[in-house]
Amino acid sequence: MDDVMLQEAISVAASLMLLISFALLAQHRLLSVLHWFAAQGVVLALTTLLVAVISGHYELYFSALMTLLLKGALLPWLLWRIIRKMHVHREVEPLVNMPVTMLIALTLVLICFYVALPIERMSQLVTHNTLAIAMATVFLGMLMMITRKKAITQVIGFLSIENALFFTAVGATHGMPMIVELGVAFDVLIAAIIFGLFFTHMRNTFDSLDLDVIQEKSKR
Amino acid sequence: MTGTMNWFIFTLLSPLTGGLLLAFIRQPARSSAINIGFSCATLIGSLGLAVAVLQQGSHEALAGFFFLDAYNVFLITLTSFVSLTTSIFSGPYMRFEWLHRDLPEQRLRLYHAMFQLFVFGMLLGFTTNNIGVLWIALELATLATVLLVSLYRTPASIAAAWKYFMLAGMGIALALLGTILIFFTSSTIFGHSNDALTWTLLFAHAGELDASVMMMAFAFLMVGYGTKIGLAPMHAWLPDAHAEGPTPVSAVLSGLLLNLALYALVRFKMLVDGATGTAVAGHIMIAFGLFSLCIAALSLHKQHDIKRMFSFSSIEHMGLMTVAFGIGTPLANFAGLLHMTVHSLVKSGIFFTVGHAAQAMGSQNMEQIRGLIRHHPGIGWGLLTGTAAIAGFPPFGVFTSEFLLFSAILDTYPWLILPLLAGLLVAFAGLFRFVQPMVFGPVPAHAIAIEANMLPVYIHFALALLLGLAIPGPLANWYEQAATLIAGGAAL
Repeated sequence: MDDVMLQEAISVAASLMLLISFALLAQHRLLSVLHWFAAQGVVLALTTLLVAVISGHYELYFSALMTLLLKGALLPWLLWRIIRKMHVHREVEPLVNMPVTMLIALTLVLICFYVALPIERMSQLVTHNTLAIAMATVFLGMLMMITRKKAITQVIGFLSIENALFFTAVGATHGMPMIVELGVAFDVLIAAIIFGLFFTHMRNTFDSLDLDVIQEKSKR
Repeated sequence: MTGTMNWFIFTLLSPLTGGLLLAFIRQPARSSAINIGFSCATLIGSLGLAVAVLQQGSHEALAGFFFLDAYNVFLITLTSFVSLTTSIFSGPYMRFEWLHRDLPEQRLRLYHAMFQLFVFGMLLGFTTNNIGVLWIALELATLATVLLVSLYRTPASIAAAWKYFMLAGMGIALALLGTILIFFTSSTIFGHSNDALTWTLLFAHAGELDASVMMMAFAFLMVGYGTKIGLAPMHAWLPDAHAEGPTPVSAVLSGLLLNLALYALVRFKMLVDGATGTAVAGHIMIAFGLFSLCIAALSLHKQHDIKRMFSFSSIEHMGLMTVAFGIGTPLANFAGLLHMTVHSLVKSGIFFTVGHAAQAMGSQNMEQIRGLIRHHPGIGWGLLTGTAAIAGFPPFGVFTSEFLLFSAILDTYPWLILPLLAGLLVAFAGLFRFVQPMVFGPVPAHAIAIEANMLPVYIHFALALLLGLAIPGPLANWYEQAATLIAGGAAL
């Protein structure tokens, strides 16, 4: 009974994650990208909480709380402050136009389902759908990192990959062991601090967070 | 047993304490001395550890959380040795940079602290028994070097560090996905605990892991850790990061960090081989290695910056090692390990020399560097010797390891000889095409006299020469143990 419930719940969460990944890719305004990123963090925390309640792994309660604070609140807030303070241009400028990006994204999802096919046979906890979606969200985050010109949208892409990985861990395996999870969270936090440092350097040196401008100026 | 434990704890804590302490020391002269002191302590610790492991065989430490075997203890010694010589080199080098490139004191403090933290990340990665912690350690070492690459805060260095950060981040994310997939299959055997990520347990039960999941995991790990090894086509970050950071950082990036990533990949290959019972993982590694070697050999010809040029040579050699471990016979592994050692020694020696050459000529552009032998014979001959050594001239260790590798290839995939040899020759031509005019000829007017510290360079080259002439008995025994271990315990 519990297993069935858990599977259903994770399936719902997985579809939400996929939806948010597409939403992140489709936004034209920087602030809405940020809102969706925060929403992703919250969904992640809720999924963790749900898995914790049903599976009874106590560690996961702590994980859920940490996720909510770090990924649902702290990181989005830091990014929001940077956007406000640095007067970043508010429009998202994709390298590839939106319809094409969406088509690529769709293809990626299909490929992930195909790749995850052989796994169906062995799984006890997860359907292969969940694993496929989890992988797809990782790739969609990468797509976002690749197709955006601004440093800040690249960072959101990077952090959404991290979210997707965390989701994979929770969905497919009830979360990695605590030591690993803490270590990963620590690394992500350090990475976020370094991102902040870089934004300051970039603004001081280039007066812009646009990577085209940075590439251009650094060549001189 | 307890002796090993003490050595181990000492080795691991030394760089961590050093890093934390150096973060608070303001005087550059003092912090460079302390940096050398801690590196020296780390080397002593790792030598003690190596002797202990060699006598007592491989075992686990601290409740199975760490483990030591012939393979990793050898890399620990190499890492602490190169980091010691790098810290000796960086004393006068960074003083010059501090005076001439107006680097604030605070930046030097960051440099020393991050250097020790980087060494800590390396040692943690080599010794941990947990594949999740291995990932964390590699990420830690990467983050430390990101800050080091952007140390000068020039436009080019910030752009390079950003590129490094982004590509390495993407790569490392894929590696984490691979690790999660392994946990996904192993947790069905070991349950939801740290056991399912413990390498020694995974290796002992490799046959029970699900083959299709392991294969998928390896694909992610290959691309992920391959990015960090600098394999083509994921190598775009490497030349920029090497060219724009301070030279000691280029030396440890090429000489050490790439090794850790390759070490991780080989460990996973051992698991995947056990799970699938085929050589597919090895074939993938051969393909990536060969491709990197060819791309790097060709790209080498198009360079203008001396550090970029030598960083492409690093990609070439990492490719060669990946091919060696991909073939995976004990002889090929032996060659791969030997090549890893001599490449680390020679390449970091070359970067030390290049750093001094660039300071003397006031530029990293190869067209500005001329007449090194007349201007400063030590630097000129150093660069020439180093290039001869890395290109694989006979008395040096690179020749021996390449010769061994080719013998191993003749037994397994003879047709590989042709592309490999072609790649090596093209790279060889590229190296000498650039190095010859830099070393010989008249001294340009813009050259300035510098105080060069060539001792670490000579030590590195002498060791590479020694390894080429005759590998000392215990060391050969050690390589042999490690090589058979990687090949899955088969006899040599």
